[in-house]
Amino acid sequence: MSVPVTDLLRILPELVLAVFGTLIVLVEPFLRRTQKSLTGYIALIGALLALLSTLAPAMYPGPAFNGLVLVDGFSIFFHFLLLMITTLTIVASFRYLEREGLPQGEFYALLLFATIGMGLMASGNELVLVFLGLETVSIATYVLVGFRRTEVRSNEAAMKYFLLGSFATAFMLYGIALLFGATGTTFLPDIARQLAEGGGMRTLALMGMGLLFVGLGFKLALVPFQAWVPDVYEGAPTPVTAFLSAGPKAAVLAAFLRIFFTALEPLSGSWVWVIWATAILTMCIGNLGALMQDNIKRMLAYSSIAHAGYILIAFAAHSELGIAAVLFYLVAYALMKLGAFSIVSHVSAGEAHQSIDDYAGLHARHPLLAACLTVFLLSLIGIPLTGGFFGKLYIFTAGIDANLMGLVIVGVVNSALSAAYYLRVVKVMYMSEPQGNLAVVPVPASLVFVLTLTVLGTIGLGVFPSPILQFAQQSVLPLP
Amino acid sequence: MHVPLSYYLILSAILFGLGVLGFLLKRNIIAIFMSLELMLNAVNLSFVAFSYAWQQISGQIFVFFVIVVAAAEAAVGLAIIIMIFRNRASLNIERINLMKL
Repeated sequence: MSVPVTDLLRILPELVLAVFGTLIVLVEPFLRRTQKSLTGYIALIGALLALLSTLAPAMYPGPAFNGLVLVDGFSIFFHFLLLMITTLTIVASFRYLEREGLPQGEFYALLLFATIGMGLMASGNELVLVFLGLETVSIATYVLVGFRRTEVRSNEAAMKYFLLGSFATAFMLYGIALLFGATGTTFLPDIARQLAEGGGMRTLALMGMGLLFVGLGFKLALVPFQAWVPDVYEGAPTPVTAFLSAGPKAAVLAAFLRIFFTALEPLSGSWVWVIWATAILTMCIGNLGALMQDNIKRMLAYSSIAHAGYILIAFAAHSELGIAAVLFYLVAYALMKLGAFSIVSHVSAGEAHQSIDDYAGLHARHPLLAACLTVFLLSLIGIPLTGGFFGKLYIFTAGIDANLMGLVIVGVVNSALSAAYYLRVVKVMYMSEPQGNLAVVPVPASLVFVLTLTVLGTIGLGVFPSPILQFAQQSVLPLP
Repeated sequence: MHVPLSYYLILSAILFGLGVLGFLLKRNIIAIFMSLELMLNAVNLSFVAFSYAWQQISGQIFVFFVIVVAAAEAAVGLAIIIMIFRNRASLNIERINLMKL
């Protein structure tokens, strides 16, 4: 039995990434110590080629491999988003790895392998494939988080991430097992059909859904499963933190949306209110946690918990408008988080200076960096003329459209509350005196590249949101 | 002798519950790690039982994937544990508290 060419075309981005990831591992041992940075360029070429090759599945949408993979607008949108995140992370890591003296080949190879898993999660139409994609991402990121081997904080972060991540995996797996038991299949459309016809065992399916929610909620850092996030984000190397906060989060959300809006759609009466309650808890706990942080990485970690809460508002809206809002928000969110963390990775210089006080007088040392960080923080608040504003606007519109007034009010109040801790950083950067002993390190070209793209993207989405919004609207999952 | 499906499911739930308890109560990282493996294998038992009940082979195939993933997780997990032991000479989870939760 041979594999049809169209099936291969539909997973072309993953194939390209697999080839380049393997190539890096093979080439790396033959490079001299001074040439190791070459692997970064190979990874960059691989990521860009994968981005380009996403056009192949875009031209030939449809199911592949007996329906395991489903290439539709939704998965294409996520492929573009995820590959953009990987590309920016690779460029942002160039100087960081050299400065910290970390092994480069493995780092880039693991990033590419994690991206394969993310892509499969976005297009997986079957629970086994979604599970394998999720594990590919998780196992690669467990290693990436603990990449600074001699650093105890990095060890600790890796261990916490590994233990809690595997714990979540076990729950998710039990959920899949019960869903399989209730319906006799792991294909998402078949599960939906079985449940809609009232076949299968409903109690078992509801238990399976609950366990699946716990597992995915852990990975997405929803309250009450968020405890690992601040520690992992703090201890991980900063480019990895940037990647974690943008990439795997978007991929898990893609799988979350697809599973709940396709397979578990017949049970939607039972899960919408759970999402509703989780959204409120996640927003409030995330923002209250962020208010109390002195470490900028921990603050951004709590802020990413809060942002997952905003996204859940659109999820709870349970409409095509809501899905489009989630997609748009993820693009804006990825740009601002990647930008903010790249600045942190430069200013923190070897992870030593992570306190918000270390940003005192940043505008005197690095006026442009301070300006860029201000743009990202304003966008995270949701100030007009930034991508974050339109992201939140669309989310709240979707919420109002679905008659979720209470949820939207909590969201708006939380956005206002969040301004307090974001503006604190801006105030420290512009109003406080520099604390002396921090040297002015010239900004490397790779960081300039990342910041240019992310700042332009953030402001661009705030001024001309319509192209991306239209793309998002065309990419929603069809709801029955 | 025919064993009903519910027996397998109850056994699987008990094993999973023991795994969760072990994860939450044990203090040694290796013991916590073993509890995780117990949870995964409890799920495997459910899969096989359901697979037999539905006469569907796909559940058994899923078990193979789970075993492979568990092996990969074990490789990475043990590597992380060794790294921690080298840097701290302790495997007690309560001593690994540099960062507040």
